[in-house]
Amino acid sequence: MIRVENLTKYYGKRLAVDNISFNVEGGEVVGFLGPNGAGKTTTMRILTGFLAPTQGEVWVAGYDMSKHSLEARQRIGYFPEVMPLYSDMTVRSYLDFLARLRGLDRNRMKTRIEEVVDICHLEKYVDVLIGKLSKGFRQRVGVAQAIIHEPEVLILDEPTIGIDPIQVAVTRQLIKELGKERTILLSTHILSEVSVTCERVIIINEGRIVVEDRIENLSSLISGSKRIRLEVEGPAEKVAERLRQIEGVLQVSYEDSHYIVKCSAGQDLRGKIMETIVQGGWTLLSLESIEMSLEDIFLKLTTEEETSQ
Amino acid sequence: MRNTTTIALKEFKSYLASPMAYVVTGIFLGLTGFLFQGSPSTYSETSISGFLGTGSILLLLLASVLTMRLLAEEKKMGTLELLLTAPVRDSEVIVGKFLGSLGILTAMLALTFYYPLLLMWFGDPDWGPIATGYLGLFLLGCTSLAVGLFASSLTSNQIVAAVVAGGILCALWFLGMAADLFPEAMGEVIGYLSLYYHFPDFMRGVIDTRGIIYYLSTTVLFLFLAIRSLESSRWS
Repeated sequence: MIRVENLTKYYGKRLAVDNISFNVEGGEVVGFLGPNGAGKTTTMRILTGFLAPTQGEVWVAGYDMSKHSLEARQRIGYFPEVMPLYSDMTVRSYLDFLARLRGLDRNRMKTRIEEVVDICHLEKYVDVLIGKLSKGFRQRVGVAQAIIHEPEVLILDEPTIGIDPIQVAVTRQLIKELGKERTILLSTHILSEVSVTCERVIIINEGRIVVEDRIENLSSLISGSKRIRLEVEGPAEKVAERLRQIEGVLQVSYEDSHYIVKCSAGQDLRGKIMETIVQGGWTLLSLESIEMSLEDIFLKLTTEEETSQ
Repeated sequence: MRNTTTIALKEFKSYLASPMAYVVTGIFLGLTGFLFQGSPSTYSETSISGFLGTGSILLLLLASVLTMRLLAEEKKMGTLELLLTAPVRDSEVIVGKFLGSLGILTAMLALTFYYPLLLMWFGDPDWGPIATGYLGLFLLGCTSLAVGLFASSLTSNQIVAAVVAGGILCALWFLGMAADLFPEAMGEVIGYLSLYYHFPDFMRGVIDTRGIIYYLSTTVLFLFLAIRSLESSRWS
């Protein structure tokens, strides 16, 4: 559905995307992950035809973006990083404008606007000026415009940024539902978002693809060596020594009056650790597992790359 | 065509929804009305040349203000991303926006029509020069809007767009004055390129094809430049 080959983009002399290639099959929901400035938005802008690539080729829904841009654009729904809303229009007239612009059938238009308003829970706000809506609702209008013409491909650039947790949950649910029948490329820099919504992940950093894999395979990478942080009242050295003796513990370090226990892949040692502490006669004050952050993954992936080379 | 109409209608409506169009129209009507009633030609010739003379210069400035937001605002607000990723040609975006602003300009000119009606009430005006005068203003308006739209495509700052448009238009208007500084043949060419050069004919009631061609071709030229400028934003 989306095919990217050797895509490179320079802004003047600055390299933003460095020779990346990937595929997204029909019906897939793929997460496009990376820190700020990794080249996510640039790639998406090229995929939607807003920017032209310096080099490389892009096909969307079977159309070559450089030659049949209009046909390709017809089949893309795009939620840009900056929400593209006309604040002087009402929600209804905005959706109506975009439905027309994207060539929706006149008869279909009215029912489709109702449908989209319903999907995005905007019923009460159809006749309100967009400029008067709160950020969360504007974001829903942004999603509504992306799906109004029933596109085969959805490209969503950080759709959950800057909205409250409830809205985030609603949006993720919506993306999941949309993903049942559409191809979605979703960019984010939040790891957990990807694991909730996506089947496959492409991670990019500094314009290059660092890793491209299914989420199951990646989750071993993400939660692979789990780390547990605990606070214990007791003699530091003894506690650390006892912890090291637990089967499956790789490493124990002590910093800021907290112990960081690194466990081997796929094991949850929290129960055992708790037991050990209690058996030692010490008091366990807190215990939590540490989620691996995106930065950790990059660190891990990039250092792994270096050592394998 | 359908896309062009959609964009033109959207632009026209958003003009009506914002105070800008009303302020511009109000200033245009107020100033031209004042000068029309103060001009001796109104009474001695029962002509609208008092309105046309000042109206033409005013039109240049107001067109710059009217068009400044057309693309600059879209760039600033990020909505340009929406237009350029919709299945719409860049030329349709430009022509649509041009037609939307032309709609407002036409409405503005239509509102001045009570000047000749007043003349008819009190006298017996010659309708020939009135009709050609309006034609001239309309054509001049087309060129001004196209220049303004081009200027708006260059920047995301509306003020800059208005100043650039005003600058280009004034330069083209007063180009005729520079003609005297050059040798005869060259001076004539430069004079011909001036926006003002062709206007007095229309005021006198003469329809000169050269004038019509001049205004239409400058309009097309600047719309073309605006399209190219919009296209080039993809290659930044």
